[in-house]
Amino acid sequence: MLSAESLAKIDREVAKYPADQKRSATMSALRIAQQEKGWLATETIEFVANYLGIPPVAAYEVATFYNMYDLKPVGKHKLTVCTNLPCALSGGYDAADYLKQKLGIDFGETSADGRFTLVEGECMGACGDAPVMLLNNHSMCSFMTREAIDKKLAELE
Amino acid sequence: MLEIEIDGKKLTVPQGSTIMDAAHSVGTYIPHFCYHKKLSIAANCRMCLVEVEKAPKPLPACATPVTDGMRVHTHSDLAVKAQQGVMEFLLINHPLDCPICDQGGECQLQDIAVGYGGGSSRYQEEKRSVPGKDMGPLVSAEEMSRCIHCTRCVRFTEEIGGFQEIGMANRGEFSEILPFLGKTVDSEISGNVIDLCPVGALTSKPFRYSARSWELSRRKSVAPHDGLGSNLIVQVYNHKVMRVLPLENEAINECWLSDRDRFSYEALNSDARLTRPMIKHDGKWHETDWQTALDYVVKGLTGVSAQHGKDAIGVLAGAGATTEELYLLQKLARAFGVNNIDHRLRQRDFAADEGQTGALWLGSTIAEMASANAVLVVGSTQRHEQPLLAARLRQAVKKGAELNLIHVADDELLTRVNAKLIVAPQALADGLAQVLKAVAELKGASANLDLSGVTVYDEARRIAESLVRAETASVVLGSVAQHSPVFSQLLAIGGEIARLSGAHFGVFSEAANSVGAQFVGALPRRGFAGAAVTAGLNAAEMIAAPRKAYVLWGVEPEADCHDGQAAVAAMKAAETVIAFTAFKGDGLLDYADVLLPTAPFTETAGSFVNMEGKLQTFNGVVRPLGETRPGWKVLRVLGNLLSLQGFEQNTVEDVRAEFVGPFGDGAAKLSNAVSGVALDKPAVTGLVRVGEVPMYHVDAIVRRAPSLQATVHAKAPVASANPAVLAAAGLADGELAVVRQGACEVRVPVKADAGLPEGVLRLAAAHPATVGLGGLFDPIELKRG
Repeated sequence: MLSAESLAKIDREVAKYPADQKRSATMSALRIAQQEKGWLATETIEFVANYLGIPPVAAYEVATFYNMYDLKPVGKHKLTVCTNLPCALSGGYDAADYLKQKLGIDFGETSADGRFTLVEGECMGACGDAPVMLLNNHSMCSFMTREAIDKKLAELE
Repeated sequence: MLEIEIDGKKLTVPQGSTIMDAAHSVGTYIPHFCYHKKLSIAANCRMCLVEVEKAPKPLPACATPVTDGMRVHTHSDLAVKAQQGVMEFLLINHPLDCPICDQGGECQLQDIAVGYGGGSSRYQEEKRSVPGKDMGPLVSAEEMSRCIHCTRCVRFTEEIGGFQEIGMANRGEFSEILPFLGKTVDSEISGNVIDLCPVGALTSKPFRYSARSWELSRRKSVAPHDGLGSNLIVQVYNHKVMRVLPLENEAINECWLSDRDRFSYEALNSDARLTRPMIKHDGKWHETDWQTALDYVVKGLTGVSAQHGKDAIGVLAGAGATTEELYLLQKLARAFGVNNIDHRLRQRDFAADEGQTGALWLGSTIAEMASANAVLVVGSTQRHEQPLLAARLRQAVKKGAELNLIHVADDELLTRVNAKLIVAPQALADGLAQVLKAVAELKGASANLDLSGVTVYDEARRIAESLVRAETASVVLGSVAQHSPVFSQLLAIGGEIARLSGAHFGVFSEAANSVGAQFVGALPRRGFAGAAVTAGLNAAEMIAAPRKAYVLWGVEPEADCHDGQAAVAAMKAAETVIAFTAFKGDGLLDYADVLLPTAPFTETAGSFVNMEGKLQTFNGVVRPLGETRPGWKVLRVLGNLLSLQGFEQNTVEDVRAEFVGPFGDGAAKLSNAVSGVALDKPAVTGLVRVGEVPMYHVDAIVRRAPSLQATVHAKAPVASANPAVLAAAGLADGELAVVRQGACEVRVPVKADAGLPEGVLRLAAAHPATVGLGGLFDPIELKRG
C-alpha cells in the first residue's frame, strides 16, 4: 500500500516512542501516508492503523480531527487561507474572496482542471504576517495582498 | 483517609476518591452523563459541576479528587446555575423528538432535563443533524442527532470490549460517533452500549418501536446460555418477552450482559416454537392433546422395555434445563429402571467418570478467579464460550494478572497474553503435562503421575513460572478441553498442578446448568447428590451402541451431540424417539415420534447452578405459549402415569425442597478431583478436526434468534488450517474445498491461518452448513472441491 520509503519514514517516527506506545506515532504516520498518496483514503487510514497496531477507528478519529489531513482528493496545489481574527482584521477574507473569484471555486472545492484546492484554515501562528496562506501544508506565504496572490499563483502556473 | 464535607454532611473517604465517589457513598445524587463507574473518567459532559469552596469556578465532580478539608456544595446556587447552563447547551442540538424516541421514559437526558432544563429554549438557530450509522444487526444508530457525545460507548468498546470499534470523528460541533467506515460493531458484548447510552442515540435494533418502557413489567431471571448465570431483568408486555436487560450482580455479571443472553429472547416468540403436543402417524405429524401424547409416551416406554428390556432406553438431557427438571428426569428414569442418562452430550472422553466424586465446577468463585495473579486457561475460545468471563479476565490482565494459554488455536483475545502453547487437540494433555512437570521441578516436589515421557519446552516453563510465582492462581479448562479426546487426562493433570502450586483448578461450565445436572445425578454413574447407582451408558455410548428408544429433554442431537452424524443415525434407527422440546426443529420432525412442548426458562419456575456452584432460582416471567407446560409438571404427571413412587409434588418448591437440602451451600458436592487416570498420548494419523460450537449455535434458543443469526458470528463457517496443511491438499486461501467425515461431505471455503498447529482443520460445528459432519475432534478429510 505504501512505498518502502514511506514505511521507513514511519518506522523512524515509531522508534521515537516506547515499543508499546506505537499509537503515539499516529499523526506522523498519517502525515507520511498523505504525502505519498496525496490524500487519506479510508483504505490508507486502515493500512496505517494496522501498521501501528491500533484500531482503525482510532486513526480515523485523528485523521478527521485535524484539518490538514485531506480525506478527499485535492488538487495539485492546496491553498489554505487563514480567516481567524488577526488575519480577518488584516484582509484575510479579502484574500479568500479574491482567490475564490480568481480560481472560480469556493472553500473546500477543487478547480475543474484539478490544479487548485482552496481551504479555509485556522490560525497558523504567524499573525504578524497577516493575512497568511499555507501552500500544500508546508510552505507559508505571508502578507497575501492581491498582488502577492497574483505573484504566487503565477509562480505556480 | 480524608475528611470532607458534602452539602454540610461530614464524611471520611479514602485517598484518591473523587467527589463523585464521595457523594455516592453518602447517597447524594449528582447529575451526570459521561461518568460511569466501570469506565474511565472523561469529564466531557460537564453535567456534574459542583461548587467547591475556595475554588474559583465550579468543578466536575467525576474528575476532581477530594482533598482534606474540602467543602463541596452540590445544590448551591452556583452549582445549580452551572448545571442548568450545561443542560441548556446539551439541549441546543438535541432534537425534541421524545414522543417518537425509543429511549423516552428511560432517558437520562429526559430525566435530568426535567430537573435542570428550562421550560423553553432560547436557541433560535438551526439545529445540526447527523446522519444515522450502521452498527450491525443488534445496535441501532439511526438517530445520531440525539447523541450528546458522552463517549461512554467509545470507552466501553475500548476498555471493556478490548477493541475500539466506535470512535468520535471530526471535531467541535461536527463531532460524530461512528464505527470505522464500512464496519459494523461486532463485539460479542456490544449490546451493553445500548444500556450505557444515556440518550436515544444507540438503541436496541430488535426491540425498536415495539413497546414503551413504562408499559413493561420488569421480572428477574437467570441467563440460560452459558455457565456464568448472569442475572437478568426480563421485560414483559402482555405475556410476551419484549426484551432482556442485565440485573446488576457484582459477583457474577457485574452490570454487563453478553449479546447472546441479551438478544436470544427473540426465539421465544418465534414461529419455530412448538405450541401443541404432536404425534407422528404413518410419517405425518398430527397435533393432539397432552393426555393422548402422554399416553403415547407411556405406551412407547413400556412397550420398548417389555420387548427389549429397560436397558434399550436412553435418556439424553440438555444441560440448559432447570435443576428441577433434571432432578425429576433422573428420578423418573431410575425409578422406571433406566440407568442410561447423561447430559454431557458434547463430551468425548469419559475415562474419568469412575474416579470422580463430585460435580465439576470452576474451583473458586468467579470473583476469585478474576482477581487471581495468574490464570491458565486450557482449551477455551474464551470470547465465544464465555463472553463476559473473557471481558472480566481482560480487566484482570489490566490490573496486572498474567494470562497464560494452552489452546488449539492462536485466537485474538484482545488482551495481553503472558505465555501460550498452541497445540493440536489430542496434544492438549501433553501441553498441560509439560506445565505440571515444570511446576514440580520449580517446587521440588513430585507429581503423582508418570511424567517420564514429557519434554518441557520453554513456553510451558514460562507458564509454570507464572503459576508458581503468583500469590493466587487459577487453572481452568474450557469447552474445547472438555470436548477433546483427552479431557480426563486434563482433569488429572490440572488437579496435580493445583495441588503442587496451590492454584485453584476447575472448568468453565459449558451450559447454564452443567453443575446442577451433575449434582442432581443426570449422569450414568452417579445418582442424586453423588449416590451410588447401577452404572448406565454415557452419552457417547448411547450413540455408539444405538438404543431402541430415546428420550430427548431439550436436545437437538444433530447440533448438541459430539458426533451429530452418529447421533442422527442412532435416532433414525430407534423404534421410538420421545422429544420434550420448546421448538419444532427440522431434525426432531424428521426422526422423532412424539413432540411434547416444554417451557423454556422464561415460562417455568426453576433454578440453575452456575459454574461457581451458586444455586439461583427464578420464576416464570410469562404464561407458557399455547399448550406448552413447565417441564417439572410434565415429568410429575408422567411419573404418575407410569405408576412410579415419589411423584406427588404439587409445586415447584416441593420439587426444589427434595434436592435443596442435600445441596446445602453447594460447596461439599463440588469437586474436580479425579483418580485412576493415566497419561497416554493418543496416536493420530492424518488431519484432525477442531470443531468448536459457534457462539450463536450453542443451544436451541440462540439458534433461532434472528438478530443474533444475522451477525458476523453466525455466518456459515469456513474451514481454516495452517498454510502448510492447505498446501499439502493443493488448496489456496479462499478456495472452495470438500471436507468429509464419515458419510457426509460438505463444501466450504478454506482459509489459511498460520496461528493453527499443523495436522488440524478448524471447522465449526452445530451450524446448518456443517451439521451433518461427524465428531468435533475426530479425523477429517480435506481435498480440492
